[in-house]
Amino acid sequence: MTATLVELETISAAKVIDARGAACPGPLLEAKKGMGTVPLGSIIEIWSTDPVTKTDIGAWSGKVGHEFLGTLGADGYERVFVRRGK
Amino acid sequence: MTDCLSLVLFSGTADKLHAAATVAAGAAAMGRPVNVLLQYWALDAFRADRIAADHGLAFDAMAPGSSRPVHGTAAIPWLETFRMAKELGDVSIQACSGSLETLGVDSDRLDPLVDGPCGIASFLLAAEDGQLIFI
Repeated sequence: MTATLVELETISAAKVIDARGAACPGPLLEAKKGMGTVPLGSIIEIWSTDPVTKTDIGAWSGKVGHEFLGTLGADGYERVFVRRGK
Repeated sequence: MTDCLSLVLFSGTADKLHAAATVAAGAAAMGRPVNVLLQYWALDAFRADRIAADHGLAFDAMAPGSSRPVHGTAAIPWLETFRMAKELGDVSIQACSGSLETLGVDSDRLDPLVDGPCGIASFLLAAEDGQLIFI
């Protein structure tokens, strides 16, 4: 289930991963690594300058059982939100 | 379960692109969805400013005694074969975003045959229900 932009704005992530400047598959690997450090049900936020990260992290989340919540645009990068599902 | 065929193209020489285009077009003609991921020199070959250039031959073709059959035959050029494959069926050609970054190529400067940039997880998800070939 994707969250609305307003809902995303209110999220306080359990972990923020700054993967800005990294090319694919860097942000995905950082997300995978970071996800293992937070409890089930909590949310991580990945910062990325790579335009394919949101699609890729969405694909990964659906495949492995996490919940892709959506993306917020920031100043020159995107904030991608995922809830740990397993 | 689909019977899709996925190709990871790494090499940018005309002989390998020609072989890949043949497989892609054949699969498309047989009604199979085709996913192509362009990496490295194959991606470079799809740059709009050099797609029509002579892309040379792989080292295999330089071996003593090789018949070098690619040039001067009746074979359709690889670019035309890819174009026909896209007309014939469900063929997606994606640019590996990591390779775009590595080569310093903007996706806007690729030939229109390329559908857009793609991350590795998205490609593998599309590829997981069928065979995957690396050329």
